[in-house]
Amino acid sequence: MIGGFGSSGIPLKLIEALRQHGAKGLTIISNNAGVGEEGIASLLRDEMVSKIVCSFPRSAGSIWFEKRFEEGSVELELVPQGTLSERIRIAGAGIGGFLTPTGFGTKLAEGKETKVIDGKGFVLELPLPADFALVRAECGDPWGNLIYDTAGRNFNPMMASAARVTIVEVNSVVEIGGLNPEHVVTPGIFVDRLVIEEAQHAQA
Amino acid sequence: MLRLNPEQMAERVAQDIPDGAYVNLGIGMPSKVSNYVSGDKQVIYHSENGILAVGPAPARGEENPNLINASKQYVTLLPGGCYFDNAESFAIMRGGHLDIAVLGAFQVSVLGDLANWATDNDKFPPAVGGAMDLAVGARKLFVVMRHTTRDEEPKILEECTYPLTGTGVVRRIFTDLAVIDVTPDGLQVVELFGDNTFEEVQALTGARLFPLA
Repeated sequence: MIGGFGSSGIPLKLIEALRQHGAKGLTIISNNAGVGEEGIASLLRDEMVSKIVCSFPRSAGSIWFEKRFEEGSVELELVPQGTLSERIRIAGAGIGGFLTPTGFGTKLAEGKETKVIDGKGFVLELPLPADFALVRAECGDPWGNLIYDTAGRNFNPMMASAARVTIVEVNSVVEIGGLNPEHVVTPGIFVDRLVIEEAQHAQA
Repeated sequence: MLRLNPEQMAERVAQDIPDGAYVNLGIGMPSKVSNYVSGDKQVIYHSENGILAVGPAPARGEENPNLINASKQYVTLLPGGCYFDNAESFAIMRGGHLDIAVLGAFQVSVLGDLANWATDNDKFPPAVGGAMDLAVGARKLFVVMRHTTRDEEPKILEECTYPLTGTGVVRRIFTDLAVIDVTPDGLQVVELFGDNTFEEVQALTGARLFPLA
């Protein structure tokens, strides 16, 4: 699973490392399917992806997703956005499923268990864990405690908790005690590796 | 017939956003609504990716690539605003904490069913985003859309023919011709723009309307 929403809070360096690694047959869980040639789009372009689980794959510039979808080489599991984030959240929280009103009576609930409670329809949704989470945060400490930048938070905290191995790309790392404990968003217990983005400013 | 343009439609929707409301604006035409909400109203905008109190677009050069709205446009945060993760953002939606959501639509039915995420074209990959969560979660769902397709086919129907986003969720429809409420008794016209007549609007609608009282 890969954090991010649109161009916000995406671990681009980690995705590029994954692309160079060259693993094939990947299942990608992410809100979007990438645009242009960067990020998830580059994994689709290089034919590394066999399935994508996301809420909004089609955007202006999502050419590689559209091409792979059209030729049938990538399977799409379309999930309403709030169901996507909650399925990831419960995977990290040890919950076996949840009942949501979202999607009840629609095509996206076909084949799923439903329940009517007090006259309102709900759909049973199951947890969505992953082998690896690639996460983008602003700053971390050596224990993996994380803070985020503005709306770059998006899916990253849930994903950090829902994978066997969580790898985080950060702008900077501070020493232990350097983060205000009241401000920590992701507790370090969820984080396995921190990768510090190389400073690019010097070249600019 | 008077057909409002998208800016005029957004302006009309804005009139019905009350002071103090928590509001989510969908992508496309709905996102224009905030441009027309009167400055003497305090309206707090929610963005699905995890923002409350979304502010206007930043000045050129002041953009933060992480600070975007659901339409992936650069935005700012107003004083008092805050950020949260996507799961909490959708708890805000599904939990009934938003007063109003404004969405676009392909079709709306007489029962308030909404179709706005997929057509019958299988080659065109679908995208749902947060539409289904907003449809079930917002206390009031406004739809803003053209009254008909480009081919003058009605978009307000007895039953939607496109895949549904939600059932019985739409409260009020703002089109380029009229404002129509979805009520337990049926579709009630509440406003006709310009000199548009009930008969003209009814003729372009695929379900029975009730005229202005």
